[in-house]
Amino acid sequence: MQDLMFYLFAALTLICGMLVVANPFSRNPVTSAMFLVLTIASMAGLFVLLHAFFLAAVQVLVYAGAVIVLFLFVIMLLNVKEEERRKIKKVGLVTGIIAVIAISSIFLKVFTLSNSSLSAQLPAPTLEGGTAPLGKILFTAYLLPFEMLSVLLLVAMVGVILLSKRNLK
Amino acid sequence: MHVGLEHYLLVSALLFCIGLLGVIARRNLLIIYMSLELMLNAANLAFVAFSRFNNNLNGQVMVFFIITVAAAEVAVGLALIVALYRRRQTAHVEDLTTMKL
Repeated sequence: MQDLMFYLFAALTLICGMLVVANPFSRNPVTSAMFLVLTIASMAGLFVLLHAFFLAAVQVLVYAGAVIVLFLFVIMLLNVKEEERRKIKKVGLVTGIIAVIAISSIFLKVFTLSNSSLSAQLPAPTLEGGTAPLGKILFTAYLLPFEMLSVLLLVAMVGVILLSKRNLK
Repeated sequence: MHVGLEHYLLVSALLFCIGLLGVIARRNLLIIYMSLELMLNAANLAFVAFSRFNNNLNGQVMVFFIITVAAAEVAVGLALIVALYRRRQTAHVEDLTTMKL
């Protein structure tokens, strides 16, 4: 049952991710943003299968709830029309595809290098990523990075306000 | 076949490649940003999978940090895109060639 769910969510993640990047039916950025929501949601499903319940909730709240809404607001603000197809430069396309193929072959090589199954050598997973253990480690071992993160968010907020002023001096 | 660590890593690698393809092949700044999010998410998935199969919670804390930094990055990046659009009336990378020699 869990394996079936994994294949379902993995297929959904990859198909929707592909549709974010290259949608054959629509060039509208709004469509891409909507498929990004689907990708994020199915990825939250994968997180649940990995017993990372808190992160699954955070993923849906922060990404699907905040980041995508921000994207949609900006698309609405910019009033981006359906972009016309432009000619992509041959050199750029060829080098880009070579780069992607190179990276994917490196990844695939890693999988084929380990001829014995990776997870067969590991003990059975028992970790539960609930809120309580994660909160405990976040406020003890990772207290300083956590506080620095709040400063980072403050800096980002100030920066965004400054950047969106009408006349930058 | 039982689903193990390598299945999750394969999904993560493929998702990363899809995001990379989007960053390289697409010309719309907003879509490039969405592809960047896909790549960050692929890294998150690898972190969570490693954390689960190594019985170590540190990976999940790292994912928590990554999600927060990604949110800050998106906010600043989109503000930059809006500022750029106000000045240049375009969100298309090929129209932004001021730095080109």
